[in-house]
Amino acid sequence: MTTTASDRVSAGTPSGRLGFGARRPTSAGERLTAVMAHHFTVYRRTWRGSIISRFLSPLFFLLSMGLGLGALVDSSAGGVDGVPYLQYVVPGILAMQAMLTAFGESTYAVMGYIKWNQMYAAMLATPLRVVEVLGGHLGIVAFHLFTGALIFVLVAALFGAFTSWWVLLAVPVAVLTGLAFAVPTFALSAWLENDNGFSILFRFVVTPLMLFSGTFFPIDQLPWWMQPVAWVTPLWHGVELCRDAATGTPPGALGAVHLAVLLGYIAVGWALARRSFTRRLVS
Amino acid sequence: MGDDILLRARGLTKRFGNFTAVDGIDVEVRRGEAFGFLGPNGAGKSSTMRMVGCVSPVTEGELTILGLDPASDGPAIRARLGVCPQRDILDEDLSVEENLWVYGRFFGLSRAEVRRRADDLLEFAQLTERRHDQVEPLSGGMKRRLTIARSLMNDPEVLLLDEPTTGLDPQARHVLWDRLFRLKREGVTLIITTHYMDEAEQLCDRLVVMDHGKIVAEGSPRALITEHSTREVLELRFDPDEQEQHVDAVTGVGERLEVLPDRLLVYAHDGDEALATVHSRGVQPLSSLVRRSTLEDVFLHLTGRSLVD
Repeated sequence: MTTTASDRVSAGTPSGRLGFGARRPTSAGERLTAVMAHHFTVYRRTWRGSIISRFLSPLFFLLSMGLGLGALVDSSAGGVDGVPYLQYVVPGILAMQAMLTAFGESTYAVMGYIKWNQMYAAMLATPLRVVEVLGGHLGIVAFHLFTGALIFVLVAALFGAFTSWWVLLAVPVAVLTGLAFAVPTFALSAWLENDNGFSILFRFVVTPLMLFSGTFFPIDQLPWWMQPVAWVTPLWHGVELCRDAATGTPPGALGAVHLAVLLGYIAVGWALARRSFTRRLVS
Repeated sequence: MGDDILLRARGLTKRFGNFTAVDGIDVEVRRGEAFGFLGPNGAGKSSTMRMVGCVSPVTEGELTILGLDPASDGPAIRARLGVCPQRDILDEDLSVEENLWVYGRFFGLSRAEVRRRADDLLEFAQLTERRHDQVEPLSGGMKRRLTIARSLMNDPEVLLLDEPTTGLDPQARHVLWDRLFRLKREGVTLIITTHYMDEAEQLCDRLVVMDHGKIVAEGSPRALITEHSTREVLELRFDPDEQEQHVDAVTGVGERLEVLPDRLLVYAHDGDEALATVHSRGVQPLSSLVRRSTLEDVFLHLTGRSLVD
């Protein structure tokens, strides 16, 4: 019980044995890194499957909405509030894509790690704790959000979708937007008993949010009673912030509200996810 | 060292709502022994293992592992435990060796250490030739050995094995038992749950028999058999419809009679002598068999039920 860590730290014998006795305690950073290393190793094997949904699908939206529909909008209405439609819609697609990536990475993937291949249980049999298992997985989701957003911004820039260098700020905003969906969805996925709930989520939450959060047209075009849906869900706030960044518009007081909503979803989601993971995995 | 008790439980209890999975058990496991929890499914073995593995909080009672308290020192204890769960929870997208590498990192081992340990353990698990292969197409026995290899990545002092050979064919079971003997010889303490009495007899120095969350007997396999059963057992089979009418005639032969749905078990010191007595009473079974008592008989005697239903 009183054996100190130093007794064995470097006790690796020629045969590769580590020896008995107390082990060097690992830091939270090391543990998080180890969880993320696991996910990266898996991703190195499975990345091909994510190419279409993550990189091509937003490009299709850009081509069809931004260029196709955009030509029509610009010729008949002169863009949206004087902004060419391509420049109007691309920040919306950026935020929307972040939401889709977030749902894609935090539904079946989380349930699978709980129920199907039970990787979380395998991790929790080691010195890892729930916070690190959860935080490491979310860290990977943030990485996917970041790379997806960055590549989309670079590609869209080639089409002349942006007018300001401030658009680079839209990348971290897209990450926050994605996390505002991913973190609470982690909580949901750990709480659900089976995956039936996911199809309801995609049909009745994801698709309406995509369409009615100011992505393709301003929400003041919506009937008055639908607008509050945009106000209380994260996507519209992410879209608005991305749009400000893309055009280099100083966001102002409303910008602070947008940011606060996104951070609020992440903070509350984290508390719920921790509880939900703990109940499910260490009970 | 002081004491070589690696695990000590006093009144250990686990409740899920109104259901009591583990009902106040007392257990001590010494360093270097192979200790078993024997019992049918639902006896509370896995719940006990989860508490010992520090992934399930103790509801009541005391639990000390390696002198530490799971409630406050979970990560420090888990750093020195190997856990081989009942289901092979491997990452099927990864190769055999990658499964070991990523797992070793969870213990804070360096890249170099992880690779060195993995090389040794692939050899130990007889998987060196398959190291670059995906996990998915491996046989059940190989997956089990890989799971065990993975649980050894941190060079644990205590290895927890939950139903280690369930679902394996006899050949694969023997390969696995052989690997476990080697570990024991190297000083690793084994804690095993099983509902196979032959596995318990093969592997365990000492075991507890669990039923309905309680410990009903404790000792070495040999001692338990001596204490709770006779040396031999005579099994008598009749036409299922006629078994009933022979029970009275057989009663009193040997020391004890157990009536199972498909046969009668006569517990006697000398099975052949008991069979002669049965015959002398004019009873003609369809078939008879004399065998040694096993832990199955111990369990039957203690609980009135068989281990595997």
